Amino acid sequence: MKQTDIQFDQNGQLRHFLTIDGLKRSVLTEILDTAENFATVGTQQVKKVPLLRGKTIINLFFEASTRTRTTFELAAKRLSADVLNINIDTSSTSKGESLLDMLRNLEAMHCDMFVVRHNLSGAAHFIAQHVSPHISVINAGDGQHAHPTQAMLDMFTIRRHKKDFTKLRVAIIGDIMHSRVARSQIHALNTLGVPEIRAIAPNTLIPPGTDELGIHVYHDMEEGLKDVDVVMMLRLQRERMSGALLPSEHEYFNTYGITSEKLKLAKPDAILMHPGPINRGVEIESAVADGPQSVILEQVTNGIAVRMAIMSMTLGRQTSTKVEN
Amino acid sequence: MNILIKQGRVIDPANNIDKVQDVYIADGKIISIDKKPSSFKADETIDAKNHIVMPGIVDLCVRLREPGLEYKGTIASETAAAAAGGITTVCVPPDTEPCIDTTAVVELINQRAAAAGKCHVVTQAALTLGLRGDHLSEMAILKQQAKSVGVSNGLNPVKNILVMRRAMEYAASCGMRIFLHPEDVGLANNGCAHEGAISTRLGLPAIPESAETAAVSRDLMLIEQTGVQAHFSHISSANALQMIVLAKQQGLPVTVDTSIHHLHLIDLDIGFFDSNCHVIPPLRSQRDKDGLIHGLKQNAIDVLCSDHQPHCPDAKLAPFSATEPGISGLETLLPLSLRLVNNKTIDMQTMVSKLTYEPAKILGLDAGTLSPNSAADICIFNPNTDWTVNADSFVSAGHNTPFTDWELQGKVTHTLLDGRIVYQSNH
Repeated sequence: MKQTDIQFDQNGQLRHFLTIDGLKRSVLTEILDTAENFATVGTQQVKKVPLLRGKTIINLFFEASTRTRTTFELAAKRLSADVLNINIDTSSTSKGESLLDMLRNLEAMHCDMFVVRHNLSGAAHFIAQHVSPHISVINAGDGQHAHPTQAMLDMFTIRRHKKDFTKLRVAIIGDIMHSRVARSQIHALNTLGVPEIRAIAPNTLIPPGTDELGIHVYHDMEEGLKDVDVVMMLRLQRERMSGALLPSEHEYFNTYGITSEKLKLAKPDAILMHPGPINRGVEIESAVADGPQSVILEQVTNGIAVRMAIMSMTLGRQTSTKVEN
Repeated sequence: MNILIKQGRVIDPANNIDKVQDVYIADGKIISIDKKPSSFKADETIDAKNHIVMPGIVDLCVRLREPGLEYKGTIASETAAAAAGGITTVCVPPDTEPCIDTTAVVELINQRAAAAGKCHVVTQAALTLGLRGDHLSEMAILKQQAKSVGVSNGLNPVKNILVMRRAMEYAASCGMRIFLHPEDVGLANNGCAHEGAISTRLGLPAIPESAETAAVSRDLMLIEQTGVQAHFSHISSANALQMIVLAKQQGLPVTVDTSIHHLHLIDLDIGFFDSNCHVIPPLRSQRDKDGLIHGLKQNAIDVLCSDHQPHCPDAKLAPFSATEPGISGLETLLPLSLRLVNNKTIDMQTMVSKLTYEPAKILGLDAGTLSPNSAADICIFNPNTDWTVNADSFVSAGHNTPFTDWELQGKVTHTLLDGRIVYQSNH
């Protein structure tokens, strides 16, 4: 497909990481395998490998983030790259300087990679289309479109617990409509061969065209959670209470919040995931968030290894092995 | 000056003409077709062999960007582009800056259009003061003194349905046609792409089909009640067109156009965020496009127009939803219409009619025909010229087109305005 070519260089190697939509299973598996190799770096006495020494990475965050930005920063530092964090409050930036102008200025400082988070869908694609040929772009979340590194760390976490994707039943619960995380998770789960993906939410939080996304919609937690292996919660933004999407946090927690009781409907060995930050008492009960089935903090730890894998694959292309297509 | 257009295939649906013959022009008017008037001596002869000679195109919706947005285009640049597209009359919506709610703005447009001398320009008057949707404009004065061809609120909503009812009643008593942009602003919810699988996949704020159908339905009720002559601009969904067809069958005084890009593109063409595909109303589903094509075949769509909206490059250089909607369409209107003839959707006469006579009728203009004694506004084009769309060669200041690299057939060779050659191609 011509459109996804932008993620690969002329040698067919991964140059940008913008979306999982259109990537082959072999690419995702290579990311997971590479991340497995990096997973131990953080537990060593010297938490550093010299793979990206001399490279400059700019974390370009147009939207607030703690977890994602921090783990990207740590990932870059453990690969021995130099990292610069730039936080831009889009609400306060004057319309005078366009995104493109800003990009040109940063390019003039000779950097090698942009890690971009932006509140508009397509921002990472836009930047990737306009950067100099030697620069790689990683999408750290764009609008409601994609958050591919989050999805990959989720896949990494699932694989560590469940081994075989092709035998899994996965439920994604919450605000799928507005969630870039859910979109990327769905693409990743489908590509890795998960046979049954369920979405549990009221109609106001389910986007149109779900058939083409390959998901099954449920409005009832009892039905939707039955016999699932993986429970993936989504964060509910408080602003969803306005705009007639939901009546109240109270009703949402009652209907779609995950509690110890409801979690029992899933398989006994089901794992519970959440991309964070969690809203205790809105979408998740504290006892569950901190309970034995929760892998939420593992996800955070795994985020570093997965981001190291993606950074090293895209930025260390000339030395890495060729991606099988 | 006397001009002879020799041996072209002359198509004039209003007079039921489709025949290879000569056209004789003197003093800015067509004086005869086929028969040479006695004592006619041509100062200039245009060899139109293998070419089509048709009335100049009347484009129902063209933004010239002046006054107010001259960095995107000027009356001079855009009327020159119109001439290059075979267009001899453009109708300008009132959403200039300042908007057309005073005769002063019309005077300015008329003066500059006359100075450029490339294309007739007619204007729609603002329906409400400042297009704010709450207070009626002086539409009777604008009609009498500024020759406004109708009223419209541009792309701005009239949120208060009572204001819309009153505006329609008042326009009806002024004998003015109301041009409607049917979009419910609440349902559209600041979206930028058709609500469906594509908007979901790309995570783009979506405009549902119901934003259009709900508005059409509301407007049809009021048209029935007020008896105003109404025209629905750039219908994009199959269901909305169906509703308008039913209303026509019931005898409501309504007409409808589709912008040419909605007959060639769908939401899938956005690909990975191609901002040149950002238009309002949005490119809709394959099913909608099929429905519009079907409607065109059934003669349900009265007019094809460009919905020309030129932009400077910056307007399209941003993440998709932050870009400005619109397509620079003057120079692709005819070849894209011809594409519908070549793929057997409509015949040549129907195409010419929907580009000339039908829109002129809606605007109440004596144009769009080759009748003897009418103004010699004429488009001559070679239907067999193959060319590849390249925005850099556009005459328009706006290079924003989603049709780049499309292989099209049909190129305008001459455009005549009041018997003057205002455009002539180099080859």
